[in-house]
Amino acid sequence: MLIYALKRLRSLVLSLLVASVVIFAVIEVVPGDPAAFMLGINAQEDTIAALREELGLNLSVYQRYFNWVGGLLSGDFGISYTYRSPVAEIVTERLWVSLPLAAYALSLTVLLAFPAGILAASRRGSVTDLSVMGFTQLGVAIPNFWFAMLMVLAFAINLRWFSAGGFPGWDEGFWISMKSLTLPAIALALPQASILARVMRSSLLDTLGEDYVRTCRAKGLSKAQALWRHALRNALIPVLTIIGLQFSFLLAGAIIIENVFFLPGLGRLVFQSISQRDLIVVESVVMLLVFAVILVNFAVDIAYALVDPRLRRGR
Amino acid sequence: MMKAISRSMFAASMMLTAGAAFAANTDVTVGLQLEPPHLDPTSAAAGAIDQVLYSNVFEGLTRFGPDGSVNPGLAESWTISDDGLSYTFKLRAGVKFHDGSDFEATDVVFSLDRARAEDSVNAQKALFAGIASVEALDAGTVKVTLSDANGSFLFNMAWGDAVMVAPESIDDIKSNPVGTGAFRFDSWSRGDKIELARNEDYWGTPARIEAATFKFISDPTAAFAAMMAEDVDVFYSYPAPENLMAFEADARFTILSGSTEGETILAMNNKQAPFDNAKVRAAVSYAIDRNAIIDGAMFGFGTPIGTHFAPHNPDYVDLTGNSAYDPEKARALLAEAGLADGFKTTLKLPPPSYARRGGEIIAAQLRAVGIETEISNLEWAQWLEQVFRGYDYGLTIVSHTEPMDIGIYARPEYYFQYDNADFQTLIADLAVEADPGKRSGMLKQAQTVISEDYVNAYLFQLAMVSVVKTDLKGIWENAPTQAIDLTSVYWAD
Repeated sequence: MLIYALKRLRSLVLSLLVASVVIFAVIEVVPGDPAAFMLGINAQEDTIAALREELGLNLSVYQRYFNWVGGLLSGDFGISYTYRSPVAEIVTERLWVSLPLAAYALSLTVLLAFPAGILAASRRGSVTDLSVMGFTQLGVAIPNFWFAMLMVLAFAINLRWFSAGGFPGWDEGFWISMKSLTLPAIALALPQASILARVMRSSLLDTLGEDYVRTCRAKGLSKAQALWRHALRNALIPVLTIIGLQFSFLLAGAIIIENVFFLPGLGRLVFQSISQRDLIVVESVVMLLVFAVILVNFAVDIAYALVDPRLRRGR
Repeated sequence: MMKAISRSMFAASMMLTAGAAFAANTDVTVGLQLEPPHLDPTSAAAGAIDQVLYSNVFEGLTRFGPDGSVNPGLAESWTISDDGLSYTFKLRAGVKFHDGSDFEATDVVFSLDRARAEDSVNAQKALFAGIASVEALDAGTVKVTLSDANGSFLFNMAWGDAVMVAPESIDDIKSNPVGTGAFRFDSWSRGDKIELARNEDYWGTPARIEAATFKFISDPTAAFAAMMAEDVDVFYSYPAPENLMAFEADARFTILSGSTEGETILAMNNKQAPFDNAKVRAAVSYAIDRNAIIDGAMFGFGTPIGTHFAPHNPDYVDLTGNSAYDPEKARALLAEAGLADGFKTTLKLPPPSYARRGGEIIAAQLRAVGIETEISNLEWAQWLEQVFRGYDYGLTIVSHTEPMDIGIYARPEYYFQYDNADFQTLIADLAVEADPGKRSGMLKQAQTVISEDYVNAYLFQLAMVSVVKTDLKGIWENAPTQAIDLTSVYWAD
């Protein structure tokens, strides 16, 4: 077991190292000078040179790479070129919006998808099943930003229940902040819940067809008992995998919804930083996301091994 | 289609909510599309910094009025020596920075010396180029000596890049700006909003509103929703002209349409064949129908221009006749230049909608006279790299928003690479001329020279369209500089 864990750890460190080189290299080749961007079209060449010096852009590529990686290792993400404040601070501010939003949306996803998926699988071919399948088809097909705009129209402009967007900040109170995240979370959850409900249904149908479920039924359990006590737990494995993927997607991929509701989230930060050539922010955020994903995979690998003894040997 | 549906539904919903007005209050929320990168107006070009801070938080020796005139700011009065080389400013007494420290002559010396220093990162360093020395005569008097007389020195000192800062607060200026203005900086939630609060110890007439919030909403549809839901009280430089009709029909809102300093031009690479031939440049200018672009790309907002000068300026000369829309003439000029079969070139477009939408129309108009363009859409950073600094383009569209910037035509290395020694002499003479009558004549001559040389095709003066709640008064209609001066804004009852 220990050897297996060490092997996984080695591959984790290697992946991070490769990722850091790839991220740095890709961002280095992006054309555009952050200093020239900051100073605009009336700036003199000597001013741009002075700013490049101040930002440390005149160092060689290797020096900048090692400064960056060295900083990351000691927890220093560097200073943003445009905002001129520590990247760690900026990213933390955004995480206070993006993490709760992703968690909120994921909770809604699970709350919607589980009952719908289970219900559809247990009554396969019924009207319930057909309508769940129909609605989820629609949920996957409808672009979520369009749905978001409809909700703004209905609940912000017409009914005035919510404001059209923005985020008041957690200091203003928990419920006020949760309220401002509600419409965005629903918009994000709808397509994810549709996907998850369909995965739940088909996974459950697969396990319901397994021999051991037939055995359960044969020893006298009702269909519902067999489903709840035996089939569901096994059907959850692919569902949990999907949930894991959805969480990382919701964390970084909410950019369009963040734009519709003008929320100061992580996605918008990355987008804005790319257009402003605030490369150090882009590098650090991408690295952070890669780290999060790799770490989750590592945890999953270890968890697999705990569940499945066969994996501890071999590989 | 999707947009059309949502727009008509928005319009329908609007009818239901009209009349649900809220009680007038003592603060104002301003919607803006772009967020400032940081809060130091003296070390970046971003217009958003000035929009939030100019005149509200930071003030200069002189300041721009709503009509673009230069008025006394922190300098109450000044005397100019007969040779035009030295300016003695008398500073206002009793002015305090927001941190409680006094504003004194030494702060002026610090601010100006910092801006013109060797390692200065001031985006408009040229404004300070002619300053030979700055000295404090006493706590309330400053003498600035110039190396050459400069007719626009007082104008230059009114820019946002020339505001007064204090040595004690300079280290944190990018996140905690300390100025002398009628509002002090309160807080900034990056990516979301900046809050200002009224400065109760202001030296001048205090602001009428108690607090101001600038909210950053980049998406045009979100801007529409925020305005309709009354989340913001004014949307400055409103980004979605296509749904202005909805606001026009709604008594809660008023549309302000004013002028800006933004000359929008189709710039030509004067050193690249075939644009090194004046006939080809003239042909391009004649091929363009300005009104079609204003109607098609700007929804009718904008004033046609025939040279690089703002039409609301008293010295403006209407030279649109030099290149009135005439495709026949454009074809004839191309034939004279030996390009009867037309030619191919690149048209590189930065992100603003005037460029992206205008570019499509211009491409069609040029195609009609035989000029094929290959359009590429660039981000600003790419545009700066390829077009502005790399000269790698044939045509591009850009709006020059700096006030009084005709002097860029005297810089042969400037991106359109116009190199005319006579023009350069004219601008050099203008810089040292102080007599208003002579200056006016020279400015008119300069406009005529670049128009007749067809340096670029001059399209239109960018309009500034803002949506304002009808009860909110005192918002500047015109934009003589990139400022949202809230010092005299108030709510009507």
